[in-house]
This record gives sequence, structure tokens and C-alpha cells, in this order.
Amino acid sequence: MKKIFFCSCLAVLLFGLTAPLLADVSSPAAAAPAGAVNTGDNAWLLASSALVLMMTAPGLILFYGGLVRAKNVLSTMMHSLVLMAVISALWMVYGYSMAFGAGSAFCGNPFSHLLLKGVGAAPDPDYAGTIPAQSFMLFQMMFAIITPALISGAVAGRIKFKAYIVFMVLWVTVVYFPLCHMVWGKGGYFNWAAGGKIPVLDFAGGTVVHISSGVSALVFALMIGKRSGYPHEPMLPHNVVLSLVGTGLLWVGWFGFNAGSALSAGSLATSAFAATHFSAAAAALSWAALEWKLKGKPSVLGVAAGMVAGLATITPASGFVSIPAAFAIGLVAGVVCYLAVTKIKSTFGYDDSLDVFGVHGIGSITGMLLLGFLANPEVNPAIANTFRAGGATVSLAGGTHQFVNQLIGVAFTVALAAIATFVIVKLVDAVIGLRVDEEDESVGLDLSQHGERAYNE
Amino acid sequence: MKKIEAIIKPFRLTDVKDALNELGIQGMTVSEVKGFGRQKGHTEIYRGSEYTVDFLPKVKIETVVADTLKDAAVQAILKSAKTGKIGDGKIFVSTVEEAIRIRTDERGESAV
Repeated sequence: MKKIFFCSCLAVLLFGLTAPLLADVSSPAAAAPAGAVNTGDNAWLLASSALVLMMTAPGLILFYGGLVRAKNVLSTMMHSLVLMAVISALWMVYGYSMAFGAGSAFCGNPFSHLLLKGVGAAPDPDYAGTIPAQSFMLFQMMFAIITPALISGAVAGRIKFKAYIVFMVLWVTVVYFPLCHMVWGKGGYFNWAAGGKIPVLDFAGGTVVHISSGVSALVFALMIGKRSGYPHEPMLPHNVVLSLVGTGLLWVGWFGFNAGSALSAGSLATSAFAATHFSAAAAALSWAALEWKLKGKPSVLGVAAGMVAGLATITPASGFVSIPAAFAIGLVAGVVCYLAVTKIKSTFGYDDSLDVFGVHGIGSITGMLLLGFLANPEVNPAIANTFRAGGATVSLAGGTHQFVNQLIGVAFTVALAAIATFVIVKLVDAVIGLRVDEEDESVGLDLSQHGERAYNE
Repeated sequence: MKKIEAIIKPFRLTDVKDALNELGIQGMTVSEVKGFGRQKGHTEIYRGSEYTVDFLPKVKIETVVADTLKDAAVQAILKSAKTGKIGDGKIFVSTVEEAIRIRTDERGESAV
């Protein structure tokens, strides 16, 4: 106990010494007197936290639930719903501490904020100097909930519920919390704003949320195998209307996700809000146009998928790019993700049932890399800062140096997600078994795993 | 001509259909039905309350074949629908008096 207290004192002291230095690189909001809560900022962060949770339920729940067959809709919704409880518990006990506690460059110390010790009304100037540390903790928790929920789309309709829960507990502990620390935690290896070795720009979770979940989804789908009957039996979405309602909720919730990531209610939140919106619009247009040309008709689900692709792609860039750049990123996203979902999947023959990799993984990789060139210090003055590369002083804002940094961040995320997922899936398979048996799969997971059916009478 | 009615577990349908197709059987009618035999029902739970569902979903396949094909067709269904567990279903065979193709007015075995 004494030791922890001593470490905390040391951390405070260290911060005191480095604060003037940090103030230069963080957002202008940090200029406010230390420890003062700005009620406007706090109001926006609380609203944003609620919006991000709304993306999981009912946003993702409806979006995914509509895409599966009627016998699997409850289990698919359960996969997201249950994580709201499971991840919240982990986040309270050690998750927040692993992600944002003091620690090494790769992981926070799970004991520094054990049971949210020391996360209270006072702002944590390392992260957001104008809102209570508790608000920051809540906002970040909603990200930790939706990220593993995204993966569930790749294994819908065939995974054992027990195996699913164990996988997710291990996955967030080994992949999400450490990666979150590396990219956003103070002193994290890829943190561009606070003490990182390689400055990787990721405003709202291109690496942490979408690439990590997308790549893990691909690996998981390859390892668990196809749904029985795929692809020769038609497995049509049982209710496209639900998916469209979910799409709308995702888009609205994404404003909290991206504009909330400004961690303040100033002009940066507005520009992230705008970038988010225009990218989603552009991706819907380019996806629909391409589909219209290649397949003869613009499908409704295609427009919806294009919107989600545009949102996932702009996520890392949303606080760093101008509106026209965001629109351009969206146009690229619609085309790239359309090709990923239609061509790559059929070429390699894996069953990523709800296209988590094609939309979130490929989309956000595209966004992270384009951001290397399009990051604009007029939008976010903090990135006018410089870093040393090869003995020369270069800027974070665009250019090949930053592109290389982004590429390293992406490559590391892909490697971490793929390797960790492979190991966890092997482990869970050996101890519990991944798949339900053929008869349970045929009856449907709703009845075989949960004893309920969605549609009675 | 014989009518073969087979009530099977739904997830065996694709295999049964393929097995019958291999014998050259031209067509069949499939319905989603509910019922019970020795397997009885199962329990569903909604917000803590248990409900016993007596009638389980099954698939009924009906096909009419020439007398010479009857045994092979029954064998094919037996082989492809069997899991060995309770609830695999039953096969009923009956004689059919007449078959008529509506479009051409053909009669008898050439109509099935």
C-alpha cells in the first residue's frame, strides 16, 4: 500500500516537472487552470458516453441481429448485450487501470487504479484536464464494450456461448487494454501527444477499436470454420429493416464516438463531428454507385454498409482532417470496403458472417494510412508539433515520415491482434471447444444456447 | 406407385434431398411441421418462467415414386436422416391410385 502511495506521489511529482512541456503538445483546453472542471466539456462527454453505449445497444444489436437468420437473432444480439455487463465489470476491476494507469510503454499497471481507486471528481490532466477523471473513465469504457462486440459478427450462428465469453474476457485483457494504453495511454509506445516513441495519429480508435477487432474477426472466422451449409445454402438476412434502424443509430452514436474524442466541447469536437458526417455520406455514395454499376441495382443494405464503412474509416482521422479531405476518405472507403466484402471474401472463401474484417478492418487501415498524408495542422493545431526522425526534425502533420509512422502503427496492431487471437482461440478450443454440434447449429443458437426463440406465435 | 412420407429432423433435410436426387427421384414436396413422438417436447425459459413446448419443429418430405424405386428410396432416407438419437422421425409408405400431370394430362408413373 505504502509502495503504491509512493509511486503515485512520484507520478504526481514527475507530472509537475513535465507539465509545461506537455502543455505545448496537448489541446488548447489544457491551458485552463489545473483541476477546474468545465461544465460544458463535461456535459458533452457525458452525452458522448451515452451515445457510444447506444452504438452497442441498440445500434450494433439491431444491425447485426437483422443480418442473421431468425433462429440466431437472439444469440447474435446477446453477443453484444452481454458484453455491456462483462466488460463493464472488468473495466471497473482492472481494465481502466491496464489501459490508462501508469505503467510501461506497452501496458498500464492493473493495480494503480484497481477498482477505480483514485478515479474521481478531479480531472486527470494527463488525459482530459477539464472534465472529472470519472467522466473520462466512463467515456473510454464504452469503447472497450463495443470493440469486442464488433468481433462477434464473424462467428455468429455457430459459436458456443461459454467459449464466446471466455474468449472475450481474454481478448480484452490481452489485446484491447494494452493496445489502448500503447496508443492513448500516457507514455504509451505509439502515443503521439504524451511521451510515445513512435507518434501514431489515431483520433478515435482506428487501431485500438476497428483494426484490432477487424483483424481478430478474420482470424477467428478462419479458425472456427464456416457455418454449416455456407456458402451453397442461402443464408439471407432475416430482417433488413432491423439492420437499417441499427445503421441509423450507429451513425448518430458515432458523433459521440468521434466528436466526443476531442474530450472537450470546443471547435475540435465540431470539426470531428463534421468529418464523421461527410465521410459517412461519401462512402454511402461511392458504395452505392459501384454496386449500381457492377450489379445493376443499388441495394438498400449496400447504402447502409457504405455508411458504416465511411464511419469506421474516418474514425482515426476524424480530429485531424478538413471536411473535403474527410469526404475524399469516405469516397475511397466505399470503394475499398465494397471490394473487400465482395471480392476478397469470395476469393479466399472464409465465412466472416457479418463482414467485420471487410468493413471495420479494411476500412480503418485505409483511414489510418490516408491520415498519414492528410493530417492537417489547421484543423488540429496540436499536430503542428514536431518529432525527431533520422536526425531531422519533421512534423506530425502529413508527409512520408508520418505515413511511415501510421504504417508501423497499423502493422503492429495487425500483428498483435492476429497473434493474440490465434493463441486465445487455440486455448479456448482445447479447454471448452469453439463450436456447437451440428444439430444445435441447425436448430439455431437461440434455442440451443439460450432456450428462447425470438418470434413466437 | 407408392407415396413416401418421411418426417425428419430439419437439419437432415439437405442430406436427404441429395440422397433422393441421386436415385433419380424427380420431385418432392417439403413442409415445415410440428409434432411429437417418443422424443416429447423441450423446455423454453422466458424471464425465469419455464414453458414446456410439446410440439417440436420437424420437416415432412413427401414424394411419390414408381413401385420399383420404393425400397431404394426408403433405404436412402434411412441412411441420410439417421443420427441414432431419439427424435430422428418416421417413414410412412402408402399406395397411390393415380397421378396426373396437370400441364400435359399424362397419367400414372410417367406423371410423377
